Amino acid sequence: MQLYGSEISSRLMLGTAQYPSPSVLAEAFRRSGAGIATVSVRREAGGERAGAAFWDLVRDLGVTLLPNTAGCHSVREAVTTAQMARELFDTSWIKLEVIGHADTLQPDPFGLVEAARILTDDGFKVFPYTTEDVVLADRLLDAGCEVLMPWGAPIGTGLGLTNIYGLRTLRAQFPDVPMVVDAGLGLPSQAAMAQEMGFDAVLLNTAVAKSGDPAAMAEGFARAVEAGRLAYQADPMEPRDMAAPSTPVIGKAFLS
Amino acid sequence: MKIEINGTLTEVRADTLAGVLDELGHGDAKVATALNETFVPASARGQTALAPGDRVEIVAPRQGG
Repeated sequence: MQLYGSEISSRLMLGTAQYPSPSVLAEAFRRSGAGIATVSVRREAGGERAGAAFWDLVRDLGVTLLPNTAGCHSVREAVTTAQMARELFDTSWIKLEVIGHADTLQPDPFGLVEAARILTDDGFKVFPYTTEDVVLADRLLDAGCEVLMPWGAPIGTGLGLTNIYGLRTLRAQFPDVPMVVDAGLGLPSQAAMAQEMGFDAVLLNTAVAKSGDPAAMAEGFARAVEAGRLAYQADPMEPRDMAAPSTPVIGKAFLS
Repeated sequence: MKIEINGTLTEVRADTLAGVLDELGHGDAKVATALNETFVPASARGQTALAPGDRVEIVAPRQGG
């Protein structure tokens, strides 16, 4: 899978938040096989050095880092956060979140496009956290985004793919654009479904970190993503309404 | 002078961003900065003068989803 010209081996991307401990985080990443980890920037007090400790931890994971602008509600806030993240993590990749609604954490489509344009012009490789809206997708591509990250469901809900029709339409409209289903996944089966629908990758955090056994869940997601991708590549059969016998009818013993 | 650092009004002696970071004990810590909502690169902190009431943000790498 190519994202902004970089070859990424795994179609599973994993967040680094909410794990019970750093060692559980590291083990979850090991068993997930994830190639990309999302990270953030947050306020630090003098002498705290929490940033340095976290930096050491994620560097040892050996994965590509994708900083986010989580929690930003305005264009300016998102742009400034992205610029600070670029310096801290030494990468031009940014998962752009411009949140428009407090309860659903739905992206603000207008602010998202504006921020994506500003950041692209400033040399960033923008991964916009977006909805399944095809018009918004078109605007984001116009703004210079080369990857789209539509939500499956609101962040942290674990509801899975709540608008199958919308996601299928988005995938079909832009067949050559790498797309990552980001947010809302709760179970490996939902990740497999995203893969079966032709999405290039999935990004999740809460589903793994808040499960009873994050490392096992991480591996579960990894296997589901692999299974879903294989199924997509294998060109699934068409569903039908009426039964069709799989065992040959011809040659059956005539027993009345 | 009094400036806002990460949302808290704080009395500082230094008059540049680099000086304030030193004064607060950040030293060579891995932090990024913004002044009045605008990013200030590490290389510009020494020449960035502060005035009373300025808002400084100091951030570091953290967990994220």
